[in-house]
Amino acid sequence: MTAPKSLLTIDPHTRKRHAAERRFRRYGLAGIVISVAALALLLVSILHNGTSAFRQSYLTITLELPAEILDPTGARDRDAMARVTTLTYGPLLEQGLADTAGDLGLETGLSPRDMRQLISRQAAADLRYMVLDRPELVGTTIEFRALASGRIDGFLKGRVSRDSAERDGNISPEALDLAAQLAKAGRLGLRWNWAFITAPDASDQRPEAAGLGVAILGSVYMMLVVLVLALPLGTMASIYLEEFARKNRLTDLIEVNISNLAAVPSIVYGILGLAIFINFAGFNQSSPLVGGLVLTLMTLPRIIIPARAALKSVPPSIRDAALGVGASKMQSVLHHVLPLAMPGILTGVIIGLAQALGETAPLLLIGMVAFVRDYPAAWTPDSGLFGEASTALPVQVYNWTQRADPAFAERAMGTIIVLLALLLVVNAAAIILRRRFERRW
Amino acid sequence: MTDFKITARNVQVHYGTNHAIKDVNVDIADKTVTAFIGPSGCGKSTFLRCINRMNDTIDVCKVSGTITLDGEDIYDPRVDPVQLRAKVGMVFQKPNPFPKSIHDNVAYGPRIHGLARNRADMDEIVERALRRAAIWDEVKDRLSEPGTGLSGGQQQRLCIARAIATEPEVLLMDEPCSALDPIATAQVEELIDELRRSYSVVIVTHSMQQAARVSQNTAFFHLGSLVEFGETGQIFTNPVDPRTESYISGRIG
Repeated sequence: MTAPKSLLTIDPHTRKRHAAERRFRRYGLAGIVISVAALALLLVSILHNGTSAFRQSYLTITLELPAEILDPTGARDRDAMARVTTLTYGPLLEQGLADTAGDLGLETGLSPRDMRQLISRQAAADLRYMVLDRPELVGTTIEFRALASGRIDGFLKGRVSRDSAERDGNISPEALDLAAQLAKAGRLGLRWNWAFITAPDASDQRPEAAGLGVAILGSVYMMLVVLVLALPLGTMASIYLEEFARKNRLTDLIEVNISNLAAVPSIVYGILGLAIFINFAGFNQSSPLVGGLVLTLMTLPRIIIPARAALKSVPPSIRDAALGVGASKMQSVLHHVLPLAMPGILTGVIIGLAQALGETAPLLLIGMVAFVRDYPAAWTPDSGLFGEASTALPVQVYNWTQRADPAFAERAMGTIIVLLALLLVVNAAAIILRRRFERRW
Repeated sequence: MTDFKITARNVQVHYGTNHAIKDVNVDIADKTVTAFIGPSGCGKSTFLRCINRMNDTIDVCKVSGTITLDGEDIYDPRVDPVQLRAKVGMVFQKPNPFPKSIHDNVAYGPRIHGLARNRADMDEIVERALRRAAIWDEVKDRLSEPGTGLSGGQQQRLCIARAIATEPEVLLMDEPCSALDPIATAQVEELIDELRRSYSVVIVTHSMQQAARVSQNTAFFHLGSLVEFGETGQIFTNPVDPRTESYISGRIG
């Protein structure tokens, strides 16, 4: 017989158990610390590299708009003036910049023609549109805010230096010297750039003009298609499987298939969409309609699985109660089970939607990676609903990271910020909806 | 024969391969309380759920034999179980109010059966049901509060109010007091005695004292068979079957 143990001493076995528990807690804590650090690193790196995309360099140029060149007829008629192309406006800007520099007394050693290195190719087009919209400006001298070229933008943001300019020959060091002087004189600077969010994509030669407008619109259209199709289809399918279907071999088979479909790589859905929606059904490629349909296929199993889990988690006593007072099966589901399962179903829908929003691979296969300059219309008689070509945000990221000019890398990071912001909006909507539907027991 | 509200003849219930109810014959009189007693798993709840066809919701459950309500076979293919359940109300073991307001809990049955023509009508139905369930005074000032916020005993009486709001003819109660404390139990038992005036009540219970207190007739189930059925006093004082005798004296179950 052993001596009675005192509660005041801890026996070795208990000590060992406590040590194990402490170790276990430390593992958990380490896991959390590592994942939070990784997340913070990701956010910091994206914000650090991407926020500059929302600011763009602009030159303030004083220039004359000579009437004899811009409006040869003198009638200020829009159609007649539209015959004057961008090629005519370019030299005007170059001359204007040279004059502006001269007036400021800046030493340049650059000819007016060399000034084109500083000015974006987009600026001449912008100027032309402005003149066409406001013909009264012709014949006057205006202060025009012109997009600076991508290299100058890179110079102001620290991406391009005099050394790198000497090495790669994309821009002359003298142009950078002039840019530095113009910046000092307040004629060149970074401004908030709405065009990054609203403008369409631009060609390789003018990264400074590229924007996300088409991609955002395409993504929003696709989300609408997914929401309108996947929410009712997924909910109905899960209600039927969970509440009405008999449990037999066929439903087992369907269940296994749904679980497997949720794990199918998304690019497979891209091939399927290409075969069915484009080659067979003949919808326009690159269109948000096809993109939305493909993403719907991909999202459906990911909605059905959590929706079934949500329905399953509604206590059976509620179904009994409803049936017990003489409700039909459908009434018991619609009046009692579904409202209680709604928060869970919505969570699944939102997660599915968020995944669809960030999906790239299937969209590459249905042509959404194309270079699209025109905004897609929601509906036109020719194209049908959401049938016009567009791109999507994640594809835009992919697209821009493929391009040579480092200015596009900055814009790709900026795109990620927009994508994350959109996701945040979707998730916030989910939380608000869930709160609204949630009921206390 | 015609005096009986419910008659069951040769009722068999199979859960897949499990023969849960074996050849049960029972006659339940109108305006009486009939208690089903027996050890756990003896089939008394299963049989109770046959009377309003709640077993239909279980895929593997097969019921055979005949159960009649007022002489009509409730398992006739022409019978709609939804209509049957409006006539045969049910109260469950665990209080299961809907997560809605007290008013809506009671009003739900009458609403789906179209018993109220307008709002005032419905309010009257709700009040009458709550009064008969002896809970009106406790909840009349908070009808819009959730039914799930009530205490266990109040919730169970709310469920009884919900069941009687549709004016059923038979009320089935599946161990209605097993989750309640003695005070709430006493209230519910008093209520059952009260309800007997208008309904025929069938109650499943684990408590033999409760069966003795509230019922006029008692049926003893054992291993899926109906062992003995008779007047409550006779079953408890002078059982015919030795199994009944050993159950009520605490030797089996």
